[in-house]
Amino acid sequence: MKSNLKPEFEVVEGTDARQVPVRLLVVQEEARPAVELQDEPVVMTFPHLFVRELIALVAASLFIVVISLLFDAPLEELANPQKTPNPAKAPWYFLGLQELLHYYPPVISGVVLPGLVVTALAVIPYFNVNVQRTPFWATHKPQKIVGVLVATGVVTLIFYITGAHPIWPLIGPTWLIGLCMLLPVLVRADLRVLRWVETRSLAFWIFTWFLVAAVVMSVIGVFFRGPAWSFTLPWVDGIY
Amino acid sequence: MHPNRDEPNPPTSPKKGLVEVLTDNRVTRSVIRHGYPDTNRNRALVVFSNFFLHIHPVKARVRAIAFPRTFYLGGLSAVMFFILVVTGLLLMFYYHPSSPRAYEDMKDLRFVVSAGVFLRNLHRWSAHAMVALVFLHMVRVFYAGAYRPPREFNWVLGVVLFLLTVLLSYTGYLLPWDQLAYWAVTVGTRMAQATPVIGDEISFLMLGGHSVDSNTLVRFFVLHCVLLPTVLTVVLAVHIWRVRKDGGIYIPPDERDETLRPGGEDTVSNEVVVAPNAEDEELQ
Ligand code: HEM
Repeated sequence: MKSNLKPEFEVVEGTDARQVPVRLLVVQEEARPAVELQDEPVVMTFPHLFVRELIALVAASLFIVVISLLFDAPLEELANPQKTPNPAKAPWYFLGLQELLHYYPPVISGVVLPGLVVTALAVIPYFNVNVQRTPFWATHKPQKIVGVLVATGVVTLIFYITGAHPIWPLIGPTWLIGLCMLLPVLVRADLRVLRWVETRSLAFWIFTWFLVAAVVMSVIGVFFRGPAWSFTLPWVDGIY
Repeated sequence: MHPNRDEPNPPTSPKKGLVEVLTDNRVTRSVIRHGYPDTNRNRALVVFSNFFLHIHPVKARVRAIAFPRTFYLGGLSAVMFFILVVTGLLLMFYYHPSSPRAYEDMKDLRFVVSAGVFLRNLHRWSAHAMVALVFLHMVRVFYAGAYRPPREFNWVLGVVLFLLTVLLSYTGYLLPWDQLAYWAVTVGTRMAQATPVIGDEISFLMLGGHSVDSNTLVRFFVLHCVLLPTVLTVVLAVHIWRVRKDGGIYIPPDERDETLRPGGEDTVSNEVVVAPNAEDEELQ
């Protein structure tokens, strides 16, 4: 919606507020839905949005109330520095990291990797690969097939060699994502799923890989780890 | 001059109903300046004459407020934070951050304080829910592609909010001062200790000593009840303000037109509305 009309007024930028008493409406280039979307159906915020927000608020509160009536927050014995429980588990959202501790020394699993993950998350919007989001298979198909295979192989190798034990919980998701990426190349059928998979961007795949890996590591840490961080089955040994 | 529904009715008017008695008087009008919201003008005034509600525009895009767009995950995270602030303040009435008194307070909450267990449960479960909801909100925003310009800085603020949420949850985890709390926090601080060069300094700063003890309890208490919630509140205010400043909820420009379904009979026209004062003409 760029207009080629020359503005009929003079734009003066000054520092003296009394000298420039003209008001200027500034519409930020990228953020102007109200100006841009002429055909967008809109409703009055009151009552339409507020009713929805009220329902969300009441439903979420009711949910927490019901859970709180049914389940009690845990309370064990008084803290005792002399008596180490086995296993000593961190809160659930840290158990993915604690699972990593099983493979790497604390510097790597407790400081370097979480630091890298947080940094990577924070800089996501500043990378072109994320901003453009072109479908991964749009160009250079043969080179990219090789690329996916090499990347999957290298990552597998790293997780196989560098840890104290081969990190199967990370190698698994790596191959899962690699195979999903290659699916439109491997299977030649005219399916909606395949077309959807084909149009995903590289950013999509990297983030999904991170997500699956984080979930797998956390689930193992929460449900499948017992005394001395040994592998246990929750349906046989219970949850520690 | 036609009768203006925003002026208190003249004394000669017919008998007032309860709603009019409560709303049509000088005191109420000094607080809420607009009339009953049964016209679009007054409905607009509900939004922009209210400090809390004016985070919203007067009109909302039908596609932006549809549930599957955001699953209201950001809003639900905020609801959890609100529940946590209210229940947390109540819990503070019963809590001493000292060893072993903190643990005894937990026992009191269970056996002495009326509805004490319920209060503690509310705080505990909404804390878990908040961590999960904030994470899911982040995942939703990523897959929507809503972190791209001009929203990139709001995404960064989001990452800060995520860290604050986890830190709040983690510092709160120690406060019951039971075995679970003590050892979970010990595991976490040992990780921080592994930081190269300054690991011991960081750990000393966190713990107020060389191991988790009553000094740590005081530090975590202050962080959990004062510092982190205050910082989170401020960053959250900026985050939600930015959502509007960056153009509202992101809708991909290439989204297929069929999703542009009409919003039903309540759809209103999308002219730009200039904020009127109470005297401006009707906007119906
Ligand atoms: C305390 C935690 C948080 C709260 C209470 C919160 C609240 C909100 C709310 C109410 C919205 C409006 C739309 C929606 O509900 O999706 C929103 C949008 C947004 N949030 Fe958050 N948020 C939090 C954390 C995060 C995190 C962790 C991220 C990402 C790292 C993030 C990034 C964004 C972005 C980019 C938008 C704009 C989305 C769009 O335009 O579609 N927020 N947030």
